[in-house]
Amino acid sequence: MLTFTIRRLILSVPTLLFISLVIFMLLELAPGDPMAQVPLTVPPEVKEKMREALGLGQPAHIRFWKWLVQFFWIEPQVLIDHYFGTTFSAGDLRVISWQTRSPVMDIVIQRMPQTLWVVGTAYVVAILIALPIGIYSAYRQYSWFDQMGTFVSMVGFSVPPFFSGVLVIVIFSVQLGWFPSIYDTTLVVDSWDSFVKQLQQMIMPVMVLALQITAQLSRFMRASMLDNLNQDYVRTARAKGLSEYVVVMVHVLRNSMIPVVTVIALGIPSIFGGAIITEQVFKVNGIGQLLIGAIQANDLPMVQTLTFIFAVLIVLFNLIADVLYGILDPRIRYD
Amino acid sequence: MTDAAKDKTLQHSSVQQEAGKPARSQWRDIWDQFKSHRGALFGGCLFLLICLGVIVGPYVYWNDAQFVPTGRDFIKLRDMRPIYHMLWDPSAKMDWAYPLGTDNLGRDTLARLMFGGRVSLAVGMAAMILALLLGSFVGVIAGYFKKLDGLLMRLTDLFLALPLLPMILVAAVLFRESLSKSIGPEGGVFVLIVCLIGITSWMPTARIVRGDVLAIKEREFVLAARSIGTKPRSIISRHILPNVLSPIMVSATLGIATAIITESALSFLGFGFPPDFPTWGRLLNDAVDRMTLFPERVLWPGILISLTVLSVNYLGDGLRDALDPRIRGR
Repeated sequence: MLTFTIRRLILSVPTLLFISLVIFMLLELAPGDPMAQVPLTVPPEVKEKMREALGLGQPAHIRFWKWLVQFFWIEPQVLIDHYFGTTFSAGDLRVISWQTRSPVMDIVIQRMPQTLWVVGTAYVVAILIALPIGIYSAYRQYSWFDQMGTFVSMVGFSVPPFFSGVLVIVIFSVQLGWFPSIYDTTLVVDSWDSFVKQLQQMIMPVMVLALQITAQLSRFMRASMLDNLNQDYVRTARAKGLSEYVVVMVHVLRNSMIPVVTVIALGIPSIFGGAIITEQVFKVNGIGQLLIGAIQANDLPMVQTLTFIFAVLIVLFNLIADVLYGILDPRIRYD
Repeated sequence: MTDAAKDKTLQHSSVQQEAGKPARSQWRDIWDQFKSHRGALFGGCLFLLICLGVIVGPYVYWNDAQFVPTGRDFIKLRDMRPIYHMLWDPSAKMDWAYPLGTDNLGRDTLARLMFGGRVSLAVGMAAMILALLLGSFVGVIAGYFKKLDGLLMRLTDLFLALPLLPMILVAAVLFRESLSKSIGPEGGVFVLIVCLIGITSWMPTARIVRGDVLAIKEREFVLAARSIGTKPRSIISRHILPNVLSPIMVSATLGIATAIITESALSFLGFGFPPDFPTWGRLLNDAVDRMTLFPERVLWPGILISLTVLSVNYLGDGLRDALDPRIRGR
């Protein structure tokens, strides 16, 4: 198992390098000019100076190498300095955003808590709802509860977040006036009132995100339970005289959780990607909105870094899912 | 007559009896199975209805989607409510000539919905076909030629590890200008969005097709074809492709659904078609600013997107059951 993990870790290095190259080349080959917004009255030689100041003067491979060094070598040092008060990164050039002229990672760290709060809560809520639904619809297959579950998850698949988000805003904040339609990031939770306010503004984005995740997870849980309910060991357990609760909730559930746990791990990065739209609808000041703003402002270093962070998350959680699968399922041994 | 001979004649007659029944083609069986899935039948009908309404609608309907009234007409025609508003608010501004009302520039909502539906469905279909071609090509090649298998599957894994939505957004912004210049603003965006969605959604198809090709490649009829000297190209086109048609068809329906959602998401975020060229996502995006006053302008495009995707998903569900011979006939 350890050798497998190490092998996968080593294999993920070229994958990440390739992805970073793809992202870099995509931005490089794009015909858009970062100087396009500069007024026409600025003389060409000044424009050339500005390009050089942005680091655009050098050939592509040197800039790619510089970006790699900044991202993988200097930024971790900054993080270490921040936590331990050392001075490894003193004087090194960090990845600078063209919009704010401040280091990209600082802005990402500022935006991270909002995204993690909303998306993380949605994920936990979705898991808590989806698992019981999946278990019960598999146990009573083709009952009305199962049919309802199938329909609701079909709807959850089909209604895109930009519509379900707008719909809940129309219903709950326009018609009923229960919740605010805009997420207030500056709210400080220090009293009961502000806590209630925080809950109120989180309910709608969490609801929208959770609907989507629940739809997928409950289907998966159901299929996995159905696979296991017909196995021989279930019959053995029943023949031993175990109670129905123990058979389903201990024997079957533990075995069906194996694929579901890996699916949960695999879904975490895609939630960061999918949250872009939800964050935009509810004006949550998170990573997704940062990306949209950066794309609109032609802020290439920011776009590059954010896209790459998403890629790192995907590769990382793929690896975690593979390793988890091996640990949870003793039938699977990679070596 | 010995027992064995008797058996033989009996067997023979039973075979004749089998043959005497009207022959049932495979497609007939598939249709019968498909019919028994009520959701799929309903989804298929709904999808056909939406397609028909969107394609035929503009020819029958009397208002033009692009027409913008000016002068006094502008004030008279703008911000009309849908006619069903009469039920609870008879004093609202409405007109039977504009069944779903007009927007803040006086353009007819129903006409724009039909026009937008054309664009959305066209993007969905075109992107699906592109993804399907790419996916089946990669899948068949990887499954059939062992040498290319490892390489192509690594490529598929790499594509699956890319953060797709952010990259589509980035590419949609960066390549828009140059394509608009060379093909024209609407055509350029159309080609761009179709290519982006197609290039980023072929991976599931490729994986499924590869798995099926790997299994079919080992069957006797392929061995027979190869032993009489059939070239790989004709083995693939005559013996393998028809047998992997069913997973391809299922991923085609699901591909339309994801393509429509991705296109709408792009338009919703403002990275899609230009504002005067409506798609369902764009209409939704335009209406969000004034949804407190005119909630119907948000609801209609959203409902249409969701219904289309829902019907296509049910269609794919039924198709999967109908095309799977193990489930069929149960």
